Amino acid sequence: MSFLAKVFIYPINSLILADLVERFGHKPLTMMSQIREKVTSLSLDSPPINITPEDPKLGLKYAAIEVPAGVRGRMALIGPLIEQTEAAIIVENPPTDFGCVGCNRTNELTKYLVRSKGVPVLEVKYPESDDEARDFVYKIAAFLESLPKEKPETGEKSKGKESAEKEDKE
Amino acid sequence: MTETKKEEITKYIVISSDNVLPSDAAMKIYESEFPVTVKETCFGLIISGAKDDVQTLVEQIRQLDKNHIFVKDRGFPPGDERRCRASRGGGPRPGFHFLREEVEMLPAIGAALDELEAKECVKEKRKTKCRLKTSDLKKVIEEELAR
Repeated sequence: MSFLAKVFIYPINSLILADLVERFGHKPLTMMSQIREKVTSLSLDSPPINITPEDPKLGLKYAAIEVPAGVRGRMALIGPLIEQTEAAIIVENPPTDFGCVGCNRTNELTKYLVRSKGVPVLEVKYPESDDEARDFVYKIAAFLESLPKEKPETGEKSKGKESAEKEDKE
Repeated sequence: MTETKKEEITKYIVISSDNVLPSDAAMKIYESEFPVTVKETCFGLIISGAKDDVQTLVEQIRQLDKNHIFVKDRGFPPGDERRCRASRGGGPRPGFHFLREEVEMLPAIGAALDELEAKECVKEKRKTKCRLKTSDLKKVIEEELAR
């Protein structure tokens, strides 16, 4: 299956957003894929703990040493996703922001990093009625359809190849 | 020679349809004879297995009612000790609360997707070139003259 763009979603484990992004042919960047890599790899040998002591160290790339280890541990999972981001959908006021994604400081840092990355970002409000749900879906559909159909990297590569070919010919 | 293990993935299929029940979707998977693990839940299904098999099955099930069946990845395999309620003394598992909140919004999201699809069909119909009917031309002239 070929995807057009890697789209970061917030809340990062949202069913609705992950489904809509995949439905329109893009790849959602979700926490679940990161967790899968963590819990199914053989290196994690101490269940029920999912985070190893190494993770807060990896999180130092995104948050300072004074920041709580919980934030840095979460950023060790979310940070690599932000680096791959080509577009983002941020939903404000999701009804439940507790549990594993309920750390407000991590969420604020995540949103800040995504916004400052300079990729196209759509910010919508979580729907609470049928009308709002319609607007929500329409906005997301329009945003996803407006994303570039071809990745710029491949374009650059092909350009590079073309120029190399030209040089060879000359 | 060592055999390379295929990548295993797990997906949630959340069904919010008036026509399809989780048991119908489960039966469809059993009929397909793919070597996957299926768990029926109150909101839909959990499928786990080789990546290609699961993706093929998910697409097949989505086609049963594509605007009212929603899919997302799951990190933990079904029955994992760290998440399964059986080994944690009951109660909702971590991560279920947000899913439950989102499931309440799914009928509205599904209806919005239906409307979006209907609008796109209308747009496509409009794009196709056809001869202007005389009655339509008459209406246009009348509207112009009425200005």
